[in-house]
Amino acid sequence: MSAADHLLEVENLKVIFHGDRGRTTHAVDCLDLTVRRGQTLGLVGESGCGKSVTALAIMGLLPRGSAEVSGRIRFDRTDLLTLPDRAMRNLRGDRLAMIFQEPMTSLNPMYSIGDQIGETLIRHRSLSRRQARARTIELLRLVKIPSPEQRVDDYPHRLSGGMRQRVMIALALACDPMLLIADEPTAALDVTIQAQILDLMLDLKASTGAAIILITHDLGVVAEVCDEVAVMYAGEIVERAPVNVLFSSPQHPYTIGLLASMPRLDCRDAELAAIDGMVPNMAALPPGCRFAPRCPFVREICTQAPPPIVRIGPSHESRCIRAPLEQVLS
Amino acid sequence: MSGLLLEVEDVSRQFVVRRSVLGRPAAVLTAVDGVSFSLEAGETLAVVGESGSGKSTLGRLVLRLIDPTAGRIRFDGRDVTALKERELRPLRRNAQLIFQDPYASLNPRMTVGQILAEPLALHGIVPPSRRAERVNELLRLVGLEPRMISRYPHEFSGGQRQRIAIARALAVEPKLIVCDEPVSALDVSIRAQVINLLRDLQQRLGLSYIFISHDLAVVKHIADRIAVMHLGRIVEIGPNSTLFANPRHPYSRALLSAIPVSEPGAKRERIILRGETPSALHPPKGCAFHARCPFAVARCRTEQPDLVGGAHAAACHRADELPPAVNVVPHQGRLPRALARLVDAFRHRPDRQGGAGVDTVKTAGGMGAARMP
Repeated sequence: MSAADHLLEVENLKVIFHGDRGRTTHAVDCLDLTVRRGQTLGLVGESGCGKSVTALAIMGLLPRGSAEVSGRIRFDRTDLLTLPDRAMRNLRGDRLAMIFQEPMTSLNPMYSIGDQIGETLIRHRSLSRRQARARTIELLRLVKIPSPEQRVDDYPHRLSGGMRQRVMIALALACDPMLLIADEPTAALDVTIQAQILDLMLDLKASTGAAIILITHDLGVVAEVCDEVAVMYAGEIVERAPVNVLFSSPQHPYTIGLLASMPRLDCRDAELAAIDGMVPNMAALPPGCRFAPRCPFVREICTQAPPPIVRIGPSHESRCIRAPLEQVLS
Repeated sequence: MSGLLLEVEDVSRQFVVRRSVLGRPAAVLTAVDGVSFSLEAGETLAVVGESGSGKSTLGRLVLRLIDPTAGRIRFDGRDVTALKERELRPLRRNAQLIFQDPYASLNPRMTVGQILAEPLALHGIVPPSRRAERVNELLRLVGLEPRMISRYPHEFSGGQRQRIAIARALAVEPKLIVCDEPVSALDVSIRAQVINLLRDLQQRLGLSYIFISHDLAVVKHIADRIAVMHLGRIVEIGPNSTLFANPRHPYSRALLSAIPVSEPGAKRERIILRGETPSALHPPKGCAFHARCPFAVARCRTEQPDLVGGAHAAACHRADELPPAVNVVPHQGRLPRALARLVDAFRHRPDRQGGAGVDTVKTAGGMGAARMP
């Protein structure tokens, strides 16, 4: 794997929020991440683990005043953190696009969907209004919206949740982005509609060649769509692995706990495995491993110093001093 | 199982969504349309379906929080369909509700102690002198510590709040709890704790549940029987294992095939439905599912099918002609042995006190405290 193959390289990313009365929260800590061209990376974790903040940091959408972002984010050989605002604005919505979770609040209710997609095309591709409209209809067809010629003049409230999410995807794809960040794109949708959207994303992944970062809390969705997975816990990536490896041989206790907490279809256990306790407060983190208070494999050493990153395979890493975990069984 | 607790017979509920200038109904939405089912004591019936299928309305009808337009509801041998508000007291005590959103369902200006003591006082169950003691018991029952009694809801995490909501429902010692998406708003790891708690309480207290959910993997885990709703009607109802092994309605098949499973390349034939759920304001003629159904024939467009078939019933004209549902439910293989053993470490924690999923750890206020083995 050569470095030229890497579309996005995030090194040592830190995001610190400054709150009232000098309170600080380390939302993301020493995060390293690479995304190859055309790859789909799943970023998995629970609420508050920093996965959305990571996405917003990459997109340059965190509030300047309260969020302190440091480290390096290289996107296609450009350092995004040192890029002037103007250049960042040109990049965003063009080669770097994002889909948000809630399609209702991320579309403007005052403009037709044609106007909203067209605006992007006019801004980034300098198309005329007529050309933009033609391209918009083409995009709506691409995301399988029926009768796009009529739908293009509809306002968001006329569309169902699934349709709105399709419009969001069309909007994100308008300028053929190289990287698409999708933040819980199906969390607000019904199961049959979720299946349609996932199916659409798999199609688009094959046809457009865009790399995707899929942010989700649902390991089922990850198993279906992603090539590689990074699991986040309390602001850190605790494990990363190719999707098959992660599900067959996870090497961080948190990943195992997450897998264990999902009810399985093949058997009906009397008691579901569960991770005890809850996520630590980000303003007062435990000194050693952040998962130690909830970990069934914890040893004294885990609570003394932050754990090292253990390499298990060529592209499999775990932030657990006891990895590979097979050894704790014997 | 010890006898029928609840019988719902042909219950419907219509809402007027628009009125004419003269106040006459101009548009009527039928949220629940001729639904019948029964529930035994100690049983869990899951009601599944997508948004707008009428599952929450059904839950509220059963509790008489809204009145049915037609049909009859019998609870514990007594017809409660036409009872007046005052006569409903016994029902209110015996049937409780847990909501989806633990952030909205607890009064932010009351302490946990007040929240739990209120139903005790309202129903005069426990004399004032013993209430504090009973509140302590309730907190322990749901895995919270009695010392949290004077805290306010904002000091708790989502999972803990849902435990408080469960304790409140349990305060009046009900026979039935309607759980309306009780774990949907919770994180995955917390979700498992609350599901374990619900099952543990059921076994200890002999509760019946109506478990409203859209998450079929959770339903598979917790339900004895499953009812699938589509646009206000039950389209299929049957025992958990039978319905999963052989779903008889095309809509149930589509729902089951869409369950995301944590196994890359799981063997399955995913059924992707075309189009959108039809509007409940203008339900299609015939079978409401026909526009999205891959098996629809002319008859489906004109004639509404009845729910037939005994213990495992389906409302589909073609239920007996459908191809066998071999790979509809995604096939999940066994976990690799090493992984299965690691997973087990999360199942039986030797130091765990009391029932399942009890966390003895701290609160949202002072976190970071650790419990070491």
